[in-house]
Amino acid sequence: MHPAYSVIFFTTLSGAGYGLLICLATLYSLGAIPPAPLLGLLSLGSAFALISIGLLASTLHLGRPSRAWRAFSQWRTSWLSREGVLSIASFIPAGFLAIGWIWLGTYSTIFVCMAVATVGLSLATVYCTGMIYQSLPTIRAWHQPLVTPIYVVLAIATGSLLALFILRTFFIEIPPLSILTIAALLLGAALKRTYWRIVANAPRTFTAGQAIGLASIGDVRPLDPPHGQANFVMREMGFVVGRKHAEKLRGLILGAGFLAPAVLLAVALVTIPIVATFLTGLAIVSCAIGIFTERWLFFAEAQHVVTLYYGAKSA
Amino acid sequence: MTALPPPSKTKLGLVIDLDTCVGCQACATSCKEWNTGGYSAPLSDIDPYGADPHGAWLNRVHSFEVGAGDTSRTLHFPRSCLHCETPACVTVCPTGASYKRAEDGIVLVDPDLCIGCKLCSWACAYGAREYDYADGIMKKCTLCVDRIYNEHIPEEDRIPACVRACPTGARHFGDLGDPRSDVSKLVADRGGVDLLPDMGFKPVNKYLPPRAKRDATNSIPSAATEAVASTGAALEKLFAFADKMFTR
Repeated sequence: MHPAYSVIFFTTLSGAGYGLLICLATLYSLGAIPPAPLLGLLSLGSAFALISIGLLASTLHLGRPSRAWRAFSQWRTSWLSREGVLSIASFIPAGFLAIGWIWLGTYSTIFVCMAVATVGLSLATVYCTGMIYQSLPTIRAWHQPLVTPIYVVLAIATGSLLALFILRTFFIEIPPLSILTIAALLLGAALKRTYWRIVANAPRTFTAGQAIGLASIGDVRPLDPPHGQANFVMREMGFVVGRKHAEKLRGLILGAGFLAPAVLLAVALVTIPIVATFLTGLAIVSCAIGIFTERWLFFAEAQHVVTLYYGAKSA
Repeated sequence: MTALPPPSKTKLGLVIDLDTCVGCQACATSCKEWNTGGYSAPLSDIDPYGADPHGAWLNRVHSFEVGAGDTSRTLHFPRSCLHCETPACVTVCPTGASYKRAEDGIVLVDPDLCIGCKLCSWACAYGAREYDYADGIMKKCTLCVDRIYNEHIPEEDRIPACVRACPTGARHFGDLGDPRSDVSKLVADRGGVDLLPDMGFKPVNKYLPPRAKRDATNSIPSAATEAVASTGAALEKLFAFADKMFTR
């Protein structure tokens, strides 16, 4: 699959944004964070900014961005539509939470309810993002039950890493959050490894023979292509570059995306606050490199069943 | 609405005969010609006179080599939308632009609603949808919905442009929901098949497999290669005598 930058930025940035929102709203509803206006402005503001940049990036993927609002209509059948509806719906309780936290600077039942609703809707939004991919039987590497859990875990891991950094710039130390972030990063690494192993072993059940309806005719070899230059189908679904370097990139993803940030956070736990903040910032940079690579490879590695018409033996 | 309508009684579709298709591309060019001025207009071409010309086509003809040894053959394979009964391209559409018509099962894109997100092309197993890079929306086979019901054109033209253009009669159009229709009988007689049936999209279009190829080593009648037996006439006896003398 063609790894479109707009979609990579959308899924990673808005994923981190929703993860941050989930973290902040959880901390708020547990009363584990002071409802200080400036902290609320910077932290919730960062989450809103990441989500908004992600959503705007996603509209760049569209042929007709001005019609993007139409995507809210088909939530009954379409995961993409559901994601759109929930992404906007989550802004409503999150907006009330922001009012309670930033403007009023209070901690009360009504705003705790809003925080809980924010957590639920944010989780649901990321779940829908994963289901857009997982629900497609045409792409073997995506049609796997771990795809959506990975989207959710990576959103939480990247979001809580950002929350940790913002809190540390305010010299607020919440040790359980550190531990949970490290756990989320390690869980992410474990899930990705398992996912790669499952995809490698998942049977390729569709053959070139089945694609032309003649499964028993024997070997199918392309003779003449139907077009002189690559058409849309090949440009969008015939992308193969990623597979060449997949092994090295997987190492980079595990190292930079998960293990290095986890180690940096562990060290940060036992250092002085200013160093801890610096190490957390470093962890974010490393994690960002790993997660962008992860998302790029998620697309680049995935083989679409339509490649059977273009020389692939099985898919 | 991207929710699928209840299964229609009428299932308009194509039956493509892989035995008689010669890969001449007439269906593909005729399709492009009609549809760039019809319902799907325009079917844009990008960089048409440059180094990387490509554009939206709704029908593509592949040529494959299949099998091995004496029974190997060249197979020409036209590929277009199969107007599936349970098309994932419709249900994934976030805007309702993709839809399946309740009355005849044709799968269409409403060009006024499509946002060009391309998700439908990911959901399609058959590569039937092509994004128009200039128009910013998805294009696909309409089964020439603007021809088949069109009372402003002669009756013999009220079939899809690809079917009208096929010089070998390899393309057939009709109601595959009616078991008594010509296309349904053809599918029954020739053992028509679905493409990638395990995908579960239940294609309406059917493909007729090529007829069994004659084995070149035993398909020529032996009588054709044997000398004609002598009739026993006097002149032939003379020639036989001459043959004998000269052979000596």
